[in-house]
This record gives sequence, structure tokens and C-alpha cells, in this order.
Amino acid sequence: MAGDQIVEGSEEQAETPARTLPDQAILRSIAEQFTDIEWAPSTGQDVFMVPKDLVRDVVQAASEAGFEMLVDLTVTDYFRRRSSRFELVINLLSIQHELRLRLRAPVPVDDVRVPSVVPIYSGANFYEREAFDLFGLIFDGHPDLTRILMPDEWDGHPLRKDYGMSSVPVQFKGSHQVK
Amino acid sequence: MTDQRHRDKRNVDVWLTGTEDPDWLVESTDEGAQKMASQETTARLLEQEGLAVADDRLLDEDIAPDDELMIINMGPQHPSTHGVLRINIELEGEIIRRSKPIIGYLHTGMEKTGEELTWLQGPTNVTRMDYLAPLHNELVFSLAVEQLLGIDLPPRAVAIRVLMTELNRVSSHLVALATNGMDIGAISMMLYGFRDRERILAFFEKTTGLRMNHNYIRPGGVAADLPPDWQEDIEFILEKVPPRILEYEDLLKANPIWMGRTKDVGVITLEECLAYSVTGPTLRAAGSDWDLRKAFPYSGIENYHFEVPVGEHGDVYDRYRVRIEEIWQSLSIVKQAAESMPEGDYKTDDRKIAPPPRARIDESMEALIHHFKIYTEGFQVPEGEAYVAIESPRGELGAYLVSDGGSRPLRMHMRTPSFANLQALPVMMADSMIADTVATIASLDPVLGDVDR
Repeated sequence: MAGDQIVEGSEEQAETPARTLPDQAILRSIAEQFTDIEWAPSTGQDVFMVPKDLVRDVVQAASEAGFEMLVDLTVTDYFRRRSSRFELVINLLSIQHELRLRLRAPVPVDDVRVPSVVPIYSGANFYEREAFDLFGLIFDGHPDLTRILMPDEWDGHPLRKDYGMSSVPVQFKGSHQVK
Repeated sequence: MTDQRHRDKRNVDVWLTGTEDPDWLVESTDEGAQKMASQETTARLLEQEGLAVADDRLLDEDIAPDDELMIINMGPQHPSTHGVLRINIELEGEIIRRSKPIIGYLHTGMEKTGEELTWLQGPTNVTRMDYLAPLHNELVFSLAVEQLLGIDLPPRAVAIRVLMTELNRVSSHLVALATNGMDIGAISMMLYGFRDRERILAFFEKTTGLRMNHNYIRPGGVAADLPPDWQEDIEFILEKVPPRILEYEDLLKANPIWMGRTKDVGVITLEECLAYSVTGPTLRAAGSDWDLRKAFPYSGIENYHFEVPVGEHGDVYDRYRVRIEEIWQSLSIVKQAAESMPEGDYKTDDRKIAPPPRARIDESMEALIHHFKIYTEGFQVPEGEAYVAIESPRGELGAYLVSDGGSRPLRMHMRTPSFANLQALPVMMADSMIADTVATIASLDPVLGDVDR
């Protein structure tokens, strides 16, 4: 992987540590639009680390650079492993360039609001509802952010690491009236 | 109920941890999130609910105007929804104006379960997601684990994987044809499709021990070698199935009833497919030649010769044609794989990953230790994350695995094609006839285990 990376040595970034930028021109063009995103390839795959407030802008830039499809959007919970507990993971696909790109955005537990990418890719709709349902991330600007897999009145977000694995009391509709 | 302020309040006030608003729970007694947004005015809703008195002015206007929309509910126990899919359909007369798929009735928390299973136990979990293409699920999970491990497999293991998954594609497409036929009224197609699928499932049972949910493809190779007379079985399948496919083409291809029910029905354009993350035969029927077997080859599939069938109209008929052609291509790959099947091991000889042969356990203390460690603690996978995708019969099937260096995944996420394809159902059904609903759903070929996981 180290062979794929090249270090940019331009003068305007002389005062800051040199950023590592990807090889491919398309990915490089995206990276050069933002100073805050970091190139972090993982097991030979192309990954950008993105601050969560920039997610929509980076996705917009990727969309304009030729990534036609958002294939996947999910969340990982690094409970007690990282200071920023959640990580939003967006997988983009460019059919014309036969290229994949993954964006990873750390999301702290005390501020789980993330900009929605539904205005850019309509296909993010179900995925963001799923991320909200199972992890409790809130997507600003989503047209219909409701639970999708769990029942509407379910308490908690099951895929969080602090949500127990077993013996969940069965919740029936209207159960709130008796509790 | 529908204004933005209310929705914001619901999302923010309720679901931020520790800020639950008790009033919200009382309000949400009905299935609010599963309803379509109302288009009625608040005053009209109050009148309908009897909360506001309808005064005499109503008598002057038409109480039930001709253009009144009706919302009907289809499923989750409808025989043509292929499982427990539920759809709210808003009708204007016989024309569908809006629709909303409602899912989750088969949600069993398999991604949560996957975090509790070792890497070796993973395939037995994911194989139950898309139960019509179980071997593809096992393959993509195993490929993602192997990507994290960075290991290579013996050529025979790789070739067996291709042989089995392409056979699985044929059996899955046969079910798609069968159910598509049944939904439109061609009951004989249903019987024929399931009959031929049975020949392939019999071979699966002989090889893996089970007809479905095989747990056959595992990280490090496959669970068992092919049975001794497997070549005769493959020859039998390649001899019996192709004439049947020809027969089905005769039966349906130029059948005026079939064409009348499927041509220009459930149309989706290429741009809509891309916007809604639609992949697989549905995308190819809309005119794209996108196939992950060509673009990002896996398991040495680039060594076999096959074509990618492409449709042009994106309607139900083209999806049916694409599936028929894919059956021919997959049978061709099966033939090539059977002819060029290399000799050798069917799993890696890395004893930290694949268990030793049973006979070695009686001879070697070390083999016994390896066997014990793999089946109790499991093997450990280096820290990292990987996304690997393959072309399942329904589209891009991806596995996103995160490892923290332990013997269980920190996160196991499956990108399932049916989940994404189902989003495009409202696009396909908008402004079409209610009678075409079942044809459209069947042509999408959703597997609800794949949707809900």
C-alpha cells in the first residue's frame, strides 16, 4: 500500500505536515478540494477519513467527480475503543471509472447529528433510516427519518454495543400504557 | 401530523439518548412511521375522525369526489409479496399514484448475532439472509475475511466456489422465473421452475449435506471436497436443464399473454437505477452492462468466458429476458469450471485458519490443538476493515467487516441487494395500474430475508 501513496510537496503546504494524497486523478481531485479530509487506504481499498460536518460536501464532490451510485451506508460502533464512538461509513461506486471509494466519518456520541446525503443520492434513504433505527444517528435533512426494521415504539438502538445481546422483553403495540 | 416541525421534534427530542418525551409515546400508538404522509388538510382529517362537526357547507360540495385518493394496504401476508413485504399503495381509481414499501417483519438481528459468532461461524449466519442464494452470501463473507487475513487459496477451492455459486445463480433465477410466472397466472411455469431447481438442489445436498443454508463456503476454502462422482452429476444437470430452459423460452418469449402483462410494465430508467442504488438484473435490463464479475472479478471468475446480457427498456419483460440469458451464461461457466477443475486441496493448508483433516487428529498432537483452538476460540483476524462485493443473482452483495484483532467481528454488515432494490419499487409502480403491481414486485425478485436480515 505504501507504494501507492505519493507525498505532495507543494510550497503552500510547507508550514503544515505534507498530506498524503491518492494516486488516481479522480480521488486526488476530490481530496484537493478539502483540506480536512485524510487519505487512509485500508487493506488495499480507497478510504477517506472525513469530518462529519463535511460528509455532504465530500459526497457532493464525489458525485460530481463521477461516482454515480451510493452502494452502502452503515455505521460502526467503537464503544470504549475510541473517543469518537460511532463511525459513519459510506461506500460509493463509480461505474464509468470502475472505482470504489469509502468515506469514514467519526461521530461522537454526544452529537449524533450528521448531514443527510439523500438530496444527492436518493438511494441513501433506506440506509439512513436503518442507521437511525439501529444506531440512533440523526440525519439532518432526511425526508422521512423513521424506524425501518424495528417496530416504531421500540426502545433503544439494537446494534449499539451497549445494547444487550439477549433477553429483550417482548414489546407489544401499546405497551407504553402499562409501563 | 406531517409538518416538518413535528417530525423534527420527534426525531430530536425523542431519540437523543436520555431526552425522551413521555408525550411522544402516547401519540405514537398507531404505526405512525409506517403510514404514508397525509395529503389531507388538518380540518378535513378532523372531520373524518369525527373530532370536528361537519356543518351544512359540506352538503353543498361533493362528499366523495371522483378524484379522491384511496390508500390500500398490500401484505404482509399477501402471496405475491414473496414473503412479508408490506406496501401502502395510494390509488386514484385503478392508477397507483404513490406507494411505500414497509419492511422489518422478518428482521431477526442477524448483524447483531454476527458480532457474537466467530469468523468461522459467520457463514452459518449469513447464509440464512438470502435463502435463495445462500452460497453467494457465504462466498462474500469468506472473501471479506480472507481480504482481512490476506491469504491465498488453493486453485481447487477457488474453482469449486465458482462452480457452486454459478449453479446457485441458475437455481435462484429459476425460482425468480417460477414465481414471476405464478404471479401473472402462468401456473405451469411455477411447477416447471421448481422442478428444475430441484435437480440443482439435489446436487447441493449431495455435496454440502443440505439443500439450503449450506455453510459450505468458509473462510479458508470450502467445507468438503466435491463428491466422488460429481462430474456425472454436473453432466446430468447440464444435459437435463438446458432443454427445459429452451422449453420455457418457447413457452413465454413470444406468448402474447405474457408479453401483454410484462412489456412496458414496471419501467425504470438507467438514471433512476443509479440514483436508487439498484443493481443486478434490474440495472442490466435498464441498459447498463455493469456486472461485478467483469468489473471487479473475484474467485478467478475472469478466467471463464461469459457474456453480460443487457436489456434496453427496463421493463418486466427485459428483466425476464436478462435472467433467462444469465441462466445460459451461468450454465456455460459451470461447464467450463467442471472441465477445468484443478486437482489439489479444497481448503488452505494454513492450520491457524482451516481445521486439519480428521485423520490427522488421531496422529498429531499439534493437529488436535489446532482443531480445538479453531472450534472453541476461533482464529484471529488482524485489525482492520474491508468491503468486498460480489454479483449475487439479485445484484451487488457486499460484506463490510470490521475487526479489532479478535476472533469475532467488531461489526458485520451485509450490503444486501434486495434492500436497495426495494427502494426503487415506488419509482417503478408510480402511475401504473394496480393490476401490474404483482408483476413488478416479482420481476424485482426480492427475498425478504435479504431485505430485513
